[in-house]
Amino acid sequence: MAETRKIALTVNGRRHEVEVETRYTLADFLRQQLGLTGTHLGCEQGVCGACTVLLDGQSARSCLMLAVQAHGHEITTVEGLAPSSTGLHPLQEAFRDHYGLQCGFCTPGVLLTLVEFLRDNPDPTEQEVRVALSGNLCRCTGYAGIVAAALDAAKRLQGGARG
Amino acid sequence: MKPPPFSYHDPRTVADAVALLGRVENAKLLAGGQSLMPMLNMRYVQPDHVIDLNGIAGLAGVREAGDALEIGALTRQRDLEFSGLVRRRCPLMHEAILQVGHRQTRNRGTLGGSLCHLDPAAELVAVAAALDATVGVAGPGGRRELPFAAFPAGYMTPALAPDEMVTDVRFPLWPAGHGHAFVEFSRRHGDFAVVSAAALLEADRSGRITRVSLTIGGAGPAPFRARDVERALVGSAGSAPLFHEACESLRSIDATGDVHAPASYRQQLAVTLASRALKKAHSRISA
Repeated sequence: MAETRKIALTVNGRRHEVEVETRYTLADFLRQQLGLTGTHLGCEQGVCGACTVLLDGQSARSCLMLAVQAHGHEITTVEGLAPSSTGLHPLQEAFRDHYGLQCGFCTPGVLLTLVEFLRDNPDPTEQEVRVALSGNLCRCTGYAGIVAAALDAAKRLQGGARG
Repeated sequence: MKPPPFSYHDPRTVADAVALLGRVENAKLLAGGQSLMPMLNMRYVQPDHVIDLNGIAGLAGVREAGDALEIGALTRQRDLEFSGLVRRRCPLMHEAILQVGHRQTRNRGTLGGSLCHLDPAAELVAVAAALDATVGVAGPGGRRELPFAAFPAGYMTPALAPDEMVTDVRFPLWPAGHGHAFVEFSRRHGDFAVVSAAALLEADRSGRITRVSLTIGGAGPAPFRARDVERALVGSAGSAPLFHEACESLRSIDATGDVHAPASYRQQLAVTLASRALKKAHSRISA
């Protein structure tokens, strides 16, 4: 019987108290135990960025953390971005408008990376956006749509803040 | 792909962590997890015990102590990146940290983890070599200090006993006005360097170079100081042709050849990057 431990954490604003195997990665825990399959697993070695989530507001690879390490912390996954079941986050709207995705596999990680980036850097240059995205591999878009969406989302988010 | 089964421990003090290391067999310390977790996921390592250091208070932080920065082993790379103290007093580390992985990995990755993983091409390892850092180590007999030159025991192997752990690192600072540069070649931004070069230069009022530190990372089993080049440049006025000529000797270094690059390519990179780093550091010397 594999070792387990009880953990308490908040995921997308909802509190969970659950028993996890100590060897479970945070990514597997989110997908398999909480059913939040929006967090994608590509390489499972910290290279592709698809599994990026926010840990207390900071982006992190959920494949490079144990679920037990999230005890007492707050996690945001792509499921936590949209304000309602019908609405989208301004960043998601910008991605739709600029064709910032094709197959969509990398998109959850890209979105969470950009949520943190645009919060810390609300008026970025294109070069800064490209550096921020360097830890997320997209094999479809050539990044042009993603970068355009990120720059447009920065404007939308600033507009929202002003309005 | 899953980590193999292990017993998980999360001690609250360094003493408890060290005691655990002494008590259990085949244990791995988990800090930021940016190297150990991939190795667990791929099952390159199969420890019976994982000792998570993240619950230990007091292991993180940057502070100025005399002419040095004292940095806790559990300090996140992100906190080094955004530390005003690091940027102001240790610009070489700031320039290097921007080339360490990506935001998502710097948010978790730690200084101590990077040093102990000891990847030959890791930027922070090269910075520690460049600045003659001192590594603070806790063990069953108490604390000891290890000069960084003696820290690598071999390829990716720190000179630590199985029941020892790194707690802090002391980076001696160079005086205001020194020149610094960290340059590297990697296939993609954020990758480990194929080869890196870190240069520090100090000059007197007349522009004569009085002190040099030149480190090559990624070329051999661990970053090393190019002592011959350092000696050749002290006392000179410093110029691009002179730097280039002095760095030619690096063409004969004993370099690693692997799937990423043949040895001859790393030798070529060492010459080019060292010369580039020296030029850049020289241009940044201010009176």
